[in-house]
Amino acid sequence: MKTFGGRLLVLDRDDINTDEIIPARYLTEISKQALAPHLLEDLGLEGFHPATDIAGKGAVITGANFGCGSSREHAAWALEANQINLVVAKSFSRIFRQNMFNCGMLAVQLSAETIDSLMERFAKKDVRLDVDWERLQLVFRAGEETEEIDFSLSEFDRALIKAGGWVEYADVRY
Amino acid sequence: MGKTIAEKIFDAHVVDNPAGDVHVIRLDKVFCHEITTPMAIRDLVDRGKDRVFDPGKIKAVIDHVSPAKDSQTAEQGKILRDWARRNQISGFFDIGRNGVCHALFPEQGFVRLGDTIIMGDSHTCTHGAFGAFAAGVGTTDLEVGILKGVCALSYPATIRYHLTGKLPRGVYAKDVILAVVADLGVNGATNRVIEFTGAAVEDMSMAERMTLCNMAVEAGGTCGICYPDATTVDFLWEFIHPDFSSREAALEYFSRLVSDSDAVYDKTLEMDVSDLAPLITYDYKPDCVVPVSHLAGRPIDQVYIGSCTNGRLADLREAARVLEGKTISDSVRGIVSPATPAVYREALAEGVIGIFMDAGFCVTNPTCGACLGMSNGVLAEGEVCVSTTNRNFNGRMGKGGMVHLASPATAAASALAGCIEDSDLYEGQTA
Repeated sequence: MKTFGGRLLVLDRDDINTDEIIPARYLTEISKQALAPHLLEDLGLEGFHPATDIAGKGAVITGANFGCGSSREHAAWALEANQINLVVAKSFSRIFRQNMFNCGMLAVQLSAETIDSLMERFAKKDVRLDVDWERLQLVFRAGEETEEIDFSLSEFDRALIKAGGWVEYADVRY
Repeated sequence: MGKTIAEKIFDAHVVDNPAGDVHVIRLDKVFCHEITTPMAIRDLVDRGKDRVFDPGKIKAVIDHVSPAKDSQTAEQGKILRDWARRNQISGFFDIGRNGVCHALFPEQGFVRLGDTIIMGDSHTCTHGAFGAFAAGVGTTDLEVGILKGVCALSYPATIRYHLTGKLPRGVYAKDVILAVVADLGVNGATNRVIEFTGAAVEDMSMAERMTLCNMAVEAGGTCGICYPDATTVDFLWEFIHPDFSSREAALEYFSRLVSDSDAVYDKTLEMDVSDLAPLITYDYKPDCVVPVSHLAGRPIDQVYIGSCTNGRLADLREAARVLEGKTISDSVRGIVSPATPAVYREALAEGVIGIFMDAGFCVTNPTCGACLGMSNGVLAEGEVCVSTTNRNFNGRMGKGGMVHLASPATAAASALAGCIEDSDLYEGQTA
């Protein structure tokens, strides 16, 4: 299993849409890497500065309905181009969530209470988020402090992660 | 136990159930445009799988930026054009014959009752107006659709939205869907189909039903869907007549798709449209909706009439009815983009385009352009636009711009007034 996660980017807002994740003016790019510098460029979130806050991050924690709006898979690619392959949220839009798994990336839904308490606890800290696949846990670490949260994945989501994405999965079956 | 229309369509197309409620369904159509398809094409080429499951079931259009505005958009068009040629895609629409995908494809008869359709575009939900199951997907789902003709989707849970009553004067399908999105919230129909039923839907033309279903995704919905009826069959008759002895026979055949009376819904909601006033969005989410009167008088810089939501002939006619014999405010830039060449031609023939031009509007060729801030009407920082499109996200029509979503009549009235204005002000007036 490939490695998921890394240093955590906290985006404490609901309904972050794909226009905010990657604005349409960059949809003319035909390489995923070209999207990298524009990730979250138009995000309306007080105190968030894309130029300094994204560098070195490997995971995102956020509110409800993450990735709503446009179907553009460029949103998942822009995260991936920044080495972010894990998003933990209260909920996801259908298309964005599927895009993540279709690209072999991980989208984990946790309860609103859990997310709120994690964000409150780790908002101002330098946190690392890793995935323990054997125990199916998200492991948050800030210095000496550790928090382990159980998560679940459907059989299909797990199969997509294992296959490396939907093209790989579908190609041998259909 | 009975089934909903979405379940019936779904069940007729299932080819696999790999796990849980995930079903792989056979696709009747795969629609493509030049923004989300090129990366799928490139990946297929890289994998040595540059082929399509059925060239007759794939339809493609260059619509988002047309004509190309720079080298990059020219390249995107070229990738789609070259691919369509070498794979012998029969339904490919290039400049001169192109239009906004969700207006063009139904007009061409590519959307049929009971179809399953995907496209790399969130507003694919529009096609549910025809009693089809149509879902927006990302590029990877599109790629597999192109190659294999299948897509994996959750079994469709449905919210039934029962719309009763009669639309008051000055209130349109756009106002209804804004009210529905405001009621459900931007997350209220996620992973759900929204089934629209009731007398108000039965009274709607296909253009109005497309406007209604188009914004199902703004509540998170997978697909908006309407029952097939005489209106649907009439619209499609020129395409389906070889298969049926009469319109009545077609209607009888398709009526099997209508949800059973004992179908199970996630929830059922009801709204009497007779009570609605013209509506408009504020802020940056499409569920932030108020009566137009609440924002009346707010200054605006641009009015945009067009898009897959409201760029059809009926929409242009409604706007022209408000504009006829008048000129728009000096402080407003008016832009109208007929959604397809057929809409453009008809609007020209019946004088609608002339009314727009006399009023001081710029008439552009059919394109998605300004709706998502890609071309043909991008806003500057701090500018305000009343738009007949579907998204008011921060920066949607240009970085730092504010978009107010409304009906074509409200947009036209606002263009005349130079500020947000109810079309009622201009009802019955002449120059």
